[in-house]
Amino acid sequence: MSTTVIELTDIRKTYRTGDVEVHAVNGVSLSIKPGEFVAIMGSSGSGKSTLMNMLGCLDQPTSGSYLLDGVNVAKLGRAELSRLRNQKLGFVFQSFNLLARTTACENVELPLFYTNPHVPLRERRQRAIKALEKVGLGARLYNHPNQLSGGQQQRVAIARALVNEPELVLADEPTGNLDTRTSIEVMGLFQALNDAGITVVMVTHELDIAAYCQRIIVMRDGRIIRDDFNKARIFASDQRAALDASEQHASLS
Amino acid sequence: MLQALTSSLLRAGLTAMIAFRALRRNKMRSILTALGIIIGVASVVSIMALGRGTQRRIQDQVSSLGSNLLIVFSKSRRTNAAAAGSGVSSNLTLQDVEAIRREVRSVQAASPEVTLTAQAVAAGRNWSTTIAGESPSYLRIRDWPLARGSMFTEREVRSAARVAVIGSRTARELFGPLNPLGQTVRIKNMPFTIIGQLKSKGAGIGGANQDDRIVIPYTTAMRRLTGEKYPRLVTLQISSDGLMSAAQEQVTALLRQRHHLTAERKNDFDIINQKEIADTVNSITNSLTYLLGGIAGLSLLVGGIGIMNIMLVSVTERTREIGTRIAVGAQPRDILLQFLIESITLSLFGGAIGVALGYGVSAAASMIPNFHPSVSIGSVVVAFGISFIVGVFFGFYPARKAANMNPITALRFE
Ligand SMILES: Nc1ncnc2c1ncn2[C@@H]1O[C@H](COP(=O)(O)OP(=O)(O)OP(=O)(O)O)[C@@H](O)[C@H]1O
Ligand SMILES: [Mg+2]
Repeated sequence: MSTTVIELTDIRKTYRTGDVEVHAVNGVSLSIKPGEFVAIMGSSGSGKSTLMNMLGCLDQPTSGSYLLDGVNVAKLGRAELSRLRNQKLGFVFQSFNLLARTTACENVELPLFYTNPHVPLRERRQRAIKALEKVGLGARLYNHPNQLSGGQQQRVAIARALVNEPELVLADEPTGNLDTRTSIEVMGLFQALNDAGITVVMVTHELDIAAYCQRIIVMRDGRIIRDDFNKARIFASDQRAALDASEQHASLS
Repeated sequence: MLQALTSSLLRAGLTAMIAFRALRRNKMRSILTALGIIIGVASVVSIMALGRGTQRRIQDQVSSLGSNLLIVFSKSRRTNAAAAGSGVSSNLTLQDVEAIRREVRSVQAASPEVTLTAQAVAAGRNWSTTIAGESPSYLRIRDWPLARGSMFTEREVRSAARVAVIGSRTARELFGPLNPLGQTVRIKNMPFTIIGQLKSKGAGIGGANQDDRIVIPYTTAMRRLTGEKYPRLVTLQISSDGLMSAAQEQVTALLRQRHHLTAERKNDFDIINQKEIADTVNSITNSLTYLLGGIAGLSLLVGGIGIMNIMLVSVTERTREIGTRIAVGAQPRDILLQFLIESITLSLFGGAIGVALGYGVSAAASMIPNFHPSVSIGSVVVAFGISFIVGVFFGFYPARKAANMNPITALRFE
């Protein structure tokens, strides 16, 4: 076991559209230790998603090196990367990417479908249901994505990221479409995962969501401009209680 | 190792289910795509079936000649009429026939034949028909039973009697439903007494109706009707199938000797071996069938291109789905397999319907009288095999395209 889960050295990602070069990620060096809970913030277009995709082994950097658990990802083939994504990583996409015309349950089962050794159908189903219950969708197991609200779809995507018990969860704006209460639930979920030792890296626009994390990284124009320990960390359980209290107060008055 | 194998096998089965579901979702499109294969397989299977039917029909016709026959033609038969009586030595003589009968032991029966076309008149009706001068063994040689009456005898041959055995068609034309036995038919103004009627035999080689004929003793035909001295051909029946070629050689040798042919001179007669006819006809219909089947097989290629086209469309349409699957850990070979199974399913499905249609065509064609097309298991297996290969071959490129997608590009695809 290496001491860092993620070790980035001068990572760059350059997109070329015609003659214009966009340096979406422009020299990022970063190390994240096991068990950290990191928020990445930054304005739109600052390269957060691009960075996350590379962290999630979905995209290869133009240059720089990425060691995941001490393994140089650039050296891995497509099949090995797939296995890595399947077994070590859970990715929550900004745009959900659920399979249409497929039930929530089957969507969540999908990673297990591709797991080696084979996970039997019954177990896949059980684990998917458990993951969906965790995100509060126990009553929507067999709905198709187009029968779910944006927030519910987001939670299906989270359940899918969790179902294979990854070591590292990467979430690109997992609360972007959620109301306050559900946001608290989801952050509580991530905090619980984190308490269980899972490393979590998430992108968010909102400071009060970032406040749940231990460490806050701010990006601008493809670079990291701040990387701080979160001194005023908040906890989902407290927030939930506060919210309950204020709602009770609102209904009484 | 074993575990990896079983788990990838299990996953192949599950992947097949994904593929089936995708096909079911686009029912109409799947059917239209498979149409090329359906038509291709149906035509291959039905052409092979019809070919077999044709072959059998021809075989039936060849064997309707009788069995184990050698037919000896006089080479001068084309000029026979003109040469009649002119003493040309190359003719087949009745003495030759006698000699064959005597000396070639495997010859069971021999019938010299003289044919002519003439008007037959009876009961005021007129009918142009084939008059065949034959020997009494003719019916046995041709395996041709009588419907009623009897065949003429050797004695009637020797006396060149004016007796006739009438074909069923000719009888119908001349006498209608009446019994022709004992009636008189006039051929070239000569009265013949009808002593027998043949059973119906149907069309012979070339489609000529064998039932339209009057059989009379060859002596009568030669002496009283044509004035010819020589038979045009002699039909020999050999006692067994295995003796055919030996008999052919013996007859040839005998005739060459009798005709005083020196080694360097060619035969002045032709011998046709019934088995050879059958074999030749067989090989011709065979090659025709395979040729046509092959041409029909080309349409399988066209069907394959149709499958490839739709698979490419399908891969493009489902780019985001593919991206998602790869992102959550599908291996390239899982995606490859998923789309390969889809195309193979399409083509095998097309193959199955095509085979069913082929059976249908074959069944419809068997309504034609005396025609018995039959679908061979071989052609079904080949058709399925080719559909499978087409599915793999034309599905591979789209499937590989899907498997090689970059997940992020695929997920961004609009
Ligand atoms: N495939 C691409 N081709 C060209 N340019 C791209 C591509 N993907 C991203 N970019 C550019 O890279 C930059 C960073 O994009 P990215 O999606 O990482 O931003 P982001 O920080 O996630 O923004 P947001 O908060 O809106 O999601 C943007 O300027 C974007 O236009
Ligand atoms: Mg983004």
